[in-house]
Amino acid sequence: MARALIHVPASAKKGDIIEIKTLISHVMETGYRIGVTGQPIPRDIIDDFVCTYNGEEVFHATLYPAIAANPYITFFTVATESGTLAFSWTDQHGATQVQTAAITVE
Amino acid sequence: MSRATLVIAVVIVATTVARAADIPLDQRRSDSDFVSADTRAMQNDDTANPAMLVVLDGETLWNTRAGATNKSCTDCHGDAKKSMKGVAARYPAFAAKLGRPVDLEQEINLSRVTDQKAAALPFESKELLALTAYIARQSRGMPVAVKDDAKAKPFIDAGRVIYERRQGQLDLSCAQCHDDNWGKKLAGNPVPQAMANGYPIYRLEWQEVGSLQRRLRNCMSGMRAEPYDFGAPELVDLEYFLMWRARGLAMESPAVRP
Repeated sequence: MARALIHVPASAKKGDIIEIKTLISHVMETGYRIGVTGQPIPRDIIDDFVCTYNGEEVFHATLYPAIAANPYITFFTVATESGTLAFSWTDQHGATQVQTAAITVE
Repeated sequence: MSRATLVIAVVIVATTVARAADIPLDQRRSDSDFVSADTRAMQNDDTANPAMLVVLDGETLWNTRAGATNKSCTDCHGDAKKSMKGVAARYPAFAAKLGRPVDLEQEINLSRVTDQKAAALPFESKELLALTAYIARQSRGMPVAVKDDAKAKPFIDAGRVIYERRQGQLDLSCAQCHDDNWGKKLAGNPVPQAMANGYPIYRLEWQEVGSLQRRLRNCMSGMRAEPYDFGAPELVDLEYFLMWRARGLAMESPAVRP
């Protein structure tokens, strides 16, 4: 499993705009590079990222080969209720990694 | 001697000795002063600095048993957050056993081989970079303080000779860019002072973490010179000189560079 770093404020006031930062370790190999043997290095990228807030999708991104290694995705959402933010990264082979973070909304 | 020959002679003498002196201590600036505000922000935010992923790998390795002794780094050194604080700021350092200095990567390998009875990790391997980054992270904010006593001095001086020697097809020395022309532009990018207070670094061009030796070898290829091999004594001397030159600057490891 790849290593991921997620930053979500532990608590927020209802209606606050909160910043969420995510960083995941991944080579994001474009498929356009030639290896030392002269053969192309096969493409290997994460192509989908979703964030859900208590089950509801609040952010969705499609990634392409031009995204650099170790994708860093940051976005904003509105703190509506206490609960869980779930982040899922899916690579081109269909493997998914999910991580969660809790938030308390007063 | 004709007037013309005299002028030529004076010009030759002048260009040979024209190299500026060392950058005065109070004018030295970390290389992060020369990068964009975005890159600096990325470095200083632990949730945005991609090298932190590698630091976390290093923390895992620190606690992983290895070698015939089946010991982890923790078993002898305890919590790295305490025991490794300030250590990276003091490397390269003289290793009595070898009679010459070693850098932090080599020190980790010495400990692996002699204390853990494990195989040395290859230079630039993920594992070695991870351990180095994790250890170096514990010195963030502390001043670079390598020893420059009588034992170390000959090696620092040897590093200076390499730093000031013209090399490669471009016939350039490190000093010509980083002492004489820092702050100006090279191919659109600012020339930094080459202070070594942030290694290992996450280099955006590499899209991964790399060591000071890798960076030095890059510069040598850039000068069309033949780079020293990883672990070569010359590279360690150069690293030692560069850290001595950066003495007093705050450690930034793992830094982010363009």
